[in-house]
Amino acid sequence: MDLLTPELGLFFWTLIAFLAVFFILRKFAWQPILSSLGDREKGIADSIATAERVKSEMSQLQSENEKLLVQAREERTLMLREAKEMKDRIIGEAKEQAKTEANKIIIDAQQQIIQQKNAALTEVKNEIGLLAVSVAEKIIRKQLSAAEGQETYMKMLAEDIKLN
Amino acid sequence: MSYKRIFSLFIVVLGLSLSANKAFAQEPVASPVSAEAAPTEKKGINITELVFGHVSDSHEWHWFSLKNADGTEHPYASPLPMIIYQPGIGFSFFSSNKFEEWHKDADGKRISNVYNGLYIEKNMKEKVLAVDGSKVYDLSVTKNVLSMLIGVFILLWAMTSAAKKYKTDKIAAPKGFQNAVEVLVIFIRDEVAKPNLGNKYLKFMPLLLTIFFFIWINNLLGLLPGGANFTGNIAVTACLALVAFIVMMANSNKHFWGHLLNPPNVPFLVKCLLVLIEVMSLCIKPVALMIRLFANMLAGHIVILSVICLIFIFALMNVYVGGGFVIVSLAFSIFMFMLELLVAVIQAFIFANLTAVFIGQAIEEAHHDAHGHEDEAIIL
Repeated sequence: MDLLTPELGLFFWTLIAFLAVFFILRKFAWQPILSSLGDREKGIADSIATAERVKSEMSQLQSENEKLLVQAREERTLMLREAKEMKDRIIGEAKEQAKTEANKIIIDAQQQIIQQKNAALTEVKNEIGLLAVSVAEKIIRKQLSAAEGQETYMKMLAEDIKLN
Repeated sequence: MSYKRIFSLFIVVLGLSLSANKAFAQEPVASPVSAEAAPTEKKGINITELVFGHVSDSHEWHWFSLKNADGTEHPYASPLPMIIYQPGIGFSFFSSNKFEEWHKDADGKRISNVYNGLYIEKNMKEKVLAVDGSKVYDLSVTKNVLSMLIGVFILLWAMTSAAKKYKTDKIAAPKGFQNAVEVLVIFIRDEVAKPNLGNKYLKFMPLLLTIFFFIWINNLLGLLPGGANFTGNIAVTACLALVAFIVMMANSNKHFWGHLLNPPNVPFLVKCLLVLIEVMSLCIKPVALMIRLFANMLAGHIVILSVICLIFIFALMNVYVGGGFVIVSLAFSIFMFMLELLVAVIQAFIFANLTAVFIGQAIEEAHHDAHGHEDEAIIL
């Protein structure tokens, strides 16, 4: 039974020592440890959350990139096609224009040729006429130098006037 | 009552030993009588005195005794300071080596010489008494107190040095001893505080950690050869249990007291009975804490000492038998030491855990009251 009766002195010292240890360790050990444990756990959780977010953002970015790439490719083919079309059109147009231009030139040339030809013909005709006239004049002059010639001619002229 | 149980445990341990158990089981009971009857006969070995001399508190730190040429024992012990308060006289301080001459009185108690009107009576425990019978308050730094102070300094040094690293770099991964401390702190937090205290756990963490480490370090110091049986002393466990109980009471809420003093939906007569039982269970909680740690540590010390004493019991019978028994006894005591290492941490954990459970019951809010009774069933 002796063992079951607590001694005052030991009880007293234990109480003092325990409370001292409690207050000292609370201030200098437990609170720093617990607070930095909490901080660290929070930091780790935050880091994981951030990493997760960054990962999802990255995958999002990647899919966006891919989308952009596909879009760019499409645009490129579109542009190529357009360029080809434009080239064809320009070439066609140029050809067309050249053709019409050439035709016009040909037509002009033909007209000019005809004109020149006509002019030449007219000139030739005139020349021939003049020649004929001068020839006739000379003949007439020769014929009229004789008196009967003058008379015959006068009769012929007079007949012409009668006819008119 | 407890003494008898401890004794029966002792006898069981003896019973585990070899064939001639009956004769030796009786010896510890018989030997004090024989030692008293024939003090000149030096053959007997007083196991009771030896074992309880080791497990109980003392005013000096006894290391070993050598026999002088004339057959008297000469103890080698470190004297410890004595602090005595006597009403009317006041405090007196002196060394415990002032009490150096011992004799046995008629009841078999060992009585020291008188110094300053005081003397020590040593039965199972040491008591400082006044010659004139006046009241004496003994606040001496005894073996247990000194052992506790050593433990306290180790604890303060270890924990503050571990905590220092947290102040310099808060986020860095723990290193070395800091890592070991951190594992235990997290264990107490996640396995003891959080499940029992819910979201208010942080408020009680310093108390639980202090209880756990204080008990553990002192348990371990007690296991060292020559160490004091600090945590196996009822004054110590009573003090710790009282602190736990005061914290529990100081933090108890309205719901706890309402549930305790006025259980809902119960007929009046049953209610009276229930309140009585609840109040009793409330008082039993700290007592259970106190007895559990005390009995576990005391029993462990007694078993180890008993097993080692077996060597000397057998050696007294026959030197060769004793020598042969050294192997058995050592193997068994090594096993017990291993077990006690485990018990040291388990008891510290259980004390902290039960403190958390009790506080948890006191601060529990109204939403789940069915759990409280389940917990009680486990504890008692």
